[in-house]
Amino acid sequence: MNLDAKTYQNYVKAYAKKSPSPKNCIAAFLVGGSICLLAEGFYRLYLHLGLAEASVRILTPVTIIVLTAIATGFGVFDCLAKFAGAGTLVPISGFANAVTSPAIDNKAEGLVMGVGAKMFIIAGPVIVYGTLASVIWGVIYYFLHGRGIV
Amino acid sequence: MTEGFASIGKNRGVLTVPNPPTIRAWATVVGKKEHDGPLGGDFDLHAEDDRFGMDTWEKAESEMQRLALGLLLKKSGCREEDIGAVFAGDLLNQCTGSSFGLLDYGIPYFGLYGACSTMAEGMMLSSLLVGGGYFSQAAAVCSSHFCSAERQFRTPIEYGGQRTPTAQWTVTGSGAVLLSADGCGPYITEVLPGISVQKGITDANNMGAAMAPAAIDTLARYFASSGAQPDDFDAILTGDLGQVGHDITADMLYAMGYDIRRVYNDCGLMIYSSQSQDVHAGGSGCGCSASVICGHVLKKFACGDYKNILFVGTGALMSTTSVQQGLPIAGIAHLVRISAEKPAGTIGG
Amino acid sequence: MREILIDCLLVFAVGGGFCVIAQLLIDYTKITPARILVTYVVAGVILTAVGIYEPLVKLAGCGATTPLTGFGYSHARGVEYAVRDRGLVGALTGGLSGTAGGITAAMTCGFIAALVFNGKPKT
Repeated sequence: MNLDAKTYQNYVKAYAKKSPSPKNCIAAFLVGGSICLLAEGFYRLYLHLGLAEASVRILTPVTIIVLTAIATGFGVFDCLAKFAGAGTLVPISGFANAVTSPAIDNKAEGLVMGVGAKMFIIAGPVIVYGTLASVIWGVIYYFLHGRGIV
Repeated sequence: MTEGFASIGKNRGVLTVPNPPTIRAWATVVGKKEHDGPLGGDFDLHAEDDRFGMDTWEKAESEMQRLALGLLLKKSGCREEDIGAVFAGDLLNQCTGSSFGLLDYGIPYFGLYGACSTMAEGMMLSSLLVGGGYFSQAAAVCSSHFCSAERQFRTPIEYGGQRTPTAQWTVTGSGAVLLSADGCGPYITEVLPGISVQKGITDANNMGAAMAPAAIDTLARYFASSGAQPDDFDAILTGDLGQVGHDITADMLYAMGYDIRRVYNDCGLMIYSSQSQDVHAGGSGCGCSASVICGHVLKKFACGDYKNILFVGTGALMSTTSVQQGLPIAGIAHLVRISAEKPAGTIGG
Repeated sequence: MREILIDCLLVFAVGGGFCVIAQLLIDYTKITPARILVTYVVAGVILTAVGIYEPLVKLAGCGATTPLTGFGYSHARGVEYAVRDRGLVGALTGGLSGTAGGITAAMTCGFIAALVFNGKPKT
């Protein structure tokens, strides 16, 4: 029996079960929406407590980050994420989990090369490409602003 | 090899093991999830928290191998100096799971890397060396640990992510066998070394599909060169193809004229309950076939349920670097035939 | 009261909507979760630059700022502010200052968590 790689790859497709997308999407919508709503609740609470809006804008995501770090440490975040998929990945909780989980996991390799270096193994690219995009936009904005366009 | 399957030329057919050695003892050490699975009662030792009293997952894996070999010595009544060599392997970089785990034993050590096919590879090499008269006894040990494998190959343990339905769950487990020149079975009578086969699968979450062509190649070569029929066996067990690889193997071999479906199963499908344990396509890792063979299957030989089986250990040959560079994953499948009786006319039989 | 309810629904729908788009990308394409995070942040910068994201933030509040596109929005807002304030050199400092709170909080929490917690096996 002769079987080239291309034929085999097509053959395999019929065997691989698809992800249960409608169910995943509903879970992502409900959990993701709830996390945003929780953030909104903190946002309004902090404003209600009389904090300046500029501070509240920072404190709100920080609250979600702290909660995520605690949930990650107790080993419950990954259980929620297994159900929620993109629902926990896309909000700032996904970023916080991406920093906290390798930090805990690589403790045995030391505080410098373990915790310090591995902290950014997943989240690093987010910071790198977000910053790069902002530099490009900053340069464009400089010229547009100079000509009074924005 | 990327095109087609190997032809059964010279040096590619089945090897008859001279003076078939006896599998004198076997031992298994598993984690909690494996203990909770359908074969839970067949395993010798398990740990409630998968740490085995260690502070890192890598040490926990080494500890499993140390416990498995220790238990093997105890069950067989052998001392370290009675054993000519130990063949051991695992999935960690540079095989440290085995080398660190077996440091305590003064037994000549061969470190193997056959990915998840390592148990079959170890059994094959030790049976040939014992059968060939080089050692009166040799041992094969291997292990995998979910957490150490996850850390090395995928993401941190606490990282929140979803698995695809084709992904498999690395078994936390270790198995060990002791082969002896004397004894009354079960015997390793035939072996067939695998050839690495690569069919362009690049998805590290679909290893079953990457390994299936190797299993098909090895089984087809075995049937063609030995003249045996699938129905001659009580069971044909592949290592850790999972649901996807299992189905592909059964269907493609059927299309080639070998209907193994009546006796075919996969260790990755046996070790967990697909309904209640949420392991997607099934178990994987060196410890998967090692614990199923050394725990469940050899017990069935001991109580007479099995007389004749084929064990095809399957491995996916890749690293995190090769996968990130987009290189396809090759498979390997080593075959070992275990029989309750020596074949008629065997040398020394 | 009715206004708050509508606001909450908007937060939920927009935030959840961002997650559903990502879930569809995960399930139907080969894009890995790490790439989705990068894509979302860059998309947030672009959407802010073309003027779409600011109105969305006004409309949906934390529904737009909590997803990682909101992280991109902070990058873009930060750089705009810094360029207005300091000229071209602001392009180098603004992006990170806009997101400094989040990044520093994640680093601090990650470090403390590493000191306090040990890894647990999955079941």
